[in-house]
Amino acid sequence: MSSHNTVSFSEARRVAVFGGTHGNEMSGVTLVNLWVKNGAEIQRKGVETKPFITNPKAVEKCSRYVDTDLNRAFTPENLSAPGGDDLPYEVQRAQEINRLFGPKGSPEAYDVIFDLHNTTSNMGCTLILESSKDHFNLQMMNYIKKAIAPASCPVLLNEHPLLKYSTSRSVAKHPVGLEVGPQPQGVLRSNIFEAMRVILKHALDFIELFNEGMEFPPCTVDVFRVSERVDYPRDANGNIIAMVHPNLQDCDWEPLNPGDPMFQTFDGKTIHYEGAGTVYPTFINEAAYYEKQQAFVTTRRETLVASAIRKA
Amino acid sequence: MEHVSLPALSRVAICGGTHGNELSGVWIVREMQKQQVEKVGSISITTVMSNPRAVEACKRYMETDLNRCFTDAILSAPVTDVTPYEVRRAHELNAQLGPKGSQEAMDLVCDLHNTTANMGLCVIFTTFNWISLHIYKYLKSVCVVPEFVSELFLLFSTAFEVGPQPNGVVRADIYNLMKEALDHLVDWVQEFNSGITFEGGEVEAYVFEKSIDYPRDPDTNELTAIIHPQLQDKDFILLKPGDPIFLSFSGETVKYEGKELYPFFVNECAYYEKHIAFHLAQKTILTIPSVSVEND
Repeated sequence: MSSHNTVSFSEARRVAVFGGTHGNEMSGVTLVNLWVKNGAEIQRKGVETKPFITNPKAVEKCSRYVDTDLNRAFTPENLSAPGGDDLPYEVQRAQEINRLFGPKGSPEAYDVIFDLHNTTSNMGCTLILESSKDHFNLQMMNYIKKAIAPASCPVLLNEHPLLKYSTSRSVAKHPVGLEVGPQPQGVLRSNIFEAMRVILKHALDFIELFNEGMEFPPCTVDVFRVSERVDYPRDANGNIIAMVHPNLQDCDWEPLNPGDPMFQTFDGKTIHYEGAGTVYPTFINEAAYYEKQQAFVTTRRETLVASAIRKA
Repeated sequence: MEHVSLPALSRVAICGGTHGNELSGVWIVREMQKQQVEKVGSISITTVMSNPRAVEACKRYMETDLNRCFTDAILSAPVTDVTPYEVRRAHELNAQLGPKGSQEAMDLVCDLHNTTANMGLCVIFTTFNWISLHIYKYLKSVCVVPEFVSELFLLFSTAFEVGPQPNGVVRADIYNLMKEALDHLVDWVQEFNSGITFEGGEVEAYVFEKSIDYPRDPDTNELTAIIHPQLQDKDFILLKPGDPIFLSFSGETVKYEGKELYPFFVNECAYYEKHIAFHLAQKTILTIPSVSVEND
């Protein structure tokens, strides 16, 4: 493994924790509301940690979004769109969030944003990474993984040119997604709630240690890189004709081999996976993705190398 | 107990989408309509999508919960321009499938539901009648063990409540379980109609006693605690005084106080707004007579 030089980053002074980007993903909504009332738990020496509800109207309605998915709304077009009040609610929110925590891509942007999500998929505690070259985030994820071992937290890397999307957290220099499941929309499960809380605690500990001057040596991080979106089988009119097969249901992060059952039609027939090789599916049967034409997403395993890092 | 003879059950209705985001029933009804299932042996089958607009929107309801609209008061009030969508549907469904006692009324209606609670396959009846109880007894002998509950509010005579499944998701295992139970129900009705005598005996049933709400902040009404990990997913497992029921956000455990009862609908998504964290039921033993179809 090559370590190159140590990469320096400025201290991470401004950190935000987003909840309610999807208004029915209850762990983040509840945690952020708690921390807005009393933020002691998320404060660290030398860091200003801001808890923030990104989509209050969706939270109020306990729905994923009001007009459009906020977690897809941070595109350059949306962020510069004129129109004010005439714009869809979430586009207005995206512009507001970009103003408060960005501007995206500028030196004034927040250092780190944690975006708290739940999924109906059996993904456990997944960390979502947007760039394979973000050594700061890679080191943070390595730290978190070691801190919770033997429990695991898979890292999902979405750098796919077509499948990558413009998230709320992408406003920050170092965006981190926390995706914890399985949990139904609109429901608060105690185990899921606590798991998210613990992951975030370790993440903030890492930031504090980094800011105090700790140097983190080179390391490797095993990730799952997003490869392909797989839709439900549909008929000529676009109606879904099959469900995720019982053998695939809840098997996020487990190998799916060519020939394995993948879907079951409503009248009981099995449809098999016919890819070229073994893949690792995730976001299996996520409620919100029926409308996005996604039954699951395939990933491939990869080991990323993170350079040593220290504060500048 | 003396043997009971009852009229044949020749008209059966199967309803899905009473709540538009409970997808097993939606897809079972869609599939039956696609296969044009209209007659099975001696039975004529009517399939109904109860709340089509809510199904389209994948929401529990548009304006008001359809499954609470079947009271005498609501059904006898006239429909006007300002009548909520679900109340209109209730009137339409009542006319289509009932009214009770009329010549055209369905002999049996089965309403298909899902829950986010870990209730497995649960058969719900409004009233104890011999047909319902015999169907339950039969299902118990051929299916994954179902529970039988008497519920206060019910659209129709019978409901299948299957969970756990998130709203807006269709899980193949849950779909298959519900489909299997429905197939067995139809089998039973056919056998009954053909003249077979079903032996009586005892059946265990859970009878609703009361509900418990979440602890809430008195000023804001927000939750201050959630279902304790030791109660989560423990539907139909006896709850005793002193058992943990809630865990507050600050880490305190709230313990159950009261008589020993069986919790169900533990952490059902739709019940947060109804101020129900879980229901509690008594277990009771019912004696049922043998039944057969009456000769014309």
